[in-house]
Amino acid sequence: MWQIFHKLGSPKWFFGISTRFMPWLLVGGIMLLLAGAVWGLAFAPKDYLQGNSYRIIYIHVPAAFLAQSVYIMMASAAIVTLVWRMKLADVFVKAVAPVGLVLTFLALFTGAVWGKPTWGTWWIWDARLTSMLILLFLYGGVIALDRAINDEKSAARAVAVLVLVGVVNIPIIKYSVEWWNTLHQPATFKLTEKPSMPAEMWVPLLLSVLGLYLVFGWLACVRMQTEILSREQRTRWVKEFVMKGRV
Amino acid sequence: MAFDSFSAFLTMEGHGPYVWACYAVFFVLLAAMMYWSLRARKTAMDACRRGYEFEADKSKVAAPAPAASFARVNVSQD
Repeated sequence: MWQIFHKLGSPKWFFGISTRFMPWLLVGGIMLLLAGAVWGLAFAPKDYLQGNSYRIIYIHVPAAFLAQSVYIMMASAAIVTLVWRMKLADVFVKAVAPVGLVLTFLALFTGAVWGKPTWGTWWIWDARLTSMLILLFLYGGVIALDRAINDEKSAARAVAVLVLVGVVNIPIIKYSVEWWNTLHQPATFKLTEKPSMPAEMWVPLLLSVLGLYLVFGWLACVRMQTEILSREQRTRWVKEFVMKGRV
Repeated sequence: MAFDSFSAFLTMEGHGPYVWACYAVFFVLLAAMMYWSLRARKTAMDACRRGYEFEADKSKVAAPAPAASFARVNVSQD
């Protein structure tokens, strides 16, 4: 068990395994994302209440879903950084924070554009929207804090603490639509219930969520490899990889 | 197909601009992020390669002979 744990933490092992998986993540992710988008745009039926504007859901929900789950992944990695001082966990947090920032921005942007024809306003300070905006600032804060501290180890610990403090925002986002009276509609997918939409509406949504997950996986691999290359430049295996193209 | 014609698909009963703007921003940003990430990795690889080549060059060039030495030299005192 501990051996696997140590192996998981080894940058060299990660480099080898991620290089093998990356093409599949990329091809699968793009195909699912495009399938979800085309299906959602052209073939899913019109919503009886919102009309065609609801088609934004096929990118809004994946972006918002990923924005939150990336933060949860970062928080798990932050615990590993603080408890076991595993290098790879810190590499992960640094590599994916900018991706989380972009996803949160996309969720807010597509939400605002969807809000205009549906609610009649681009923005309103209600619970869901405000907590999502706080998530955007949290991502920004993580990136800024990491850049502000030169020493790698102190930066890793400070960032991990900030990520863990910010995780309190995630349940607030999740339950904001139930705790407060907001304009935002409740969740489309719940683990315990069948979706309230017909299958030809929710299947493409599921495809695009899965597709964005895979694309995120690919992005995380590329960005982690970049971080590892610059950190481990002095090691022999990086030299062999760069000069001969294999781990 | 949920639409009768291609123009109906583009206009989406007046919701077209909203829907298409969202999809455009989403896919452009995603593609840009993928491109930047790949380019950053290439930059890191190139930096490593330059470093290794620099080191290799340094070790190839023979160390220059010292300009002065403290070795004892026997000079005849006659």
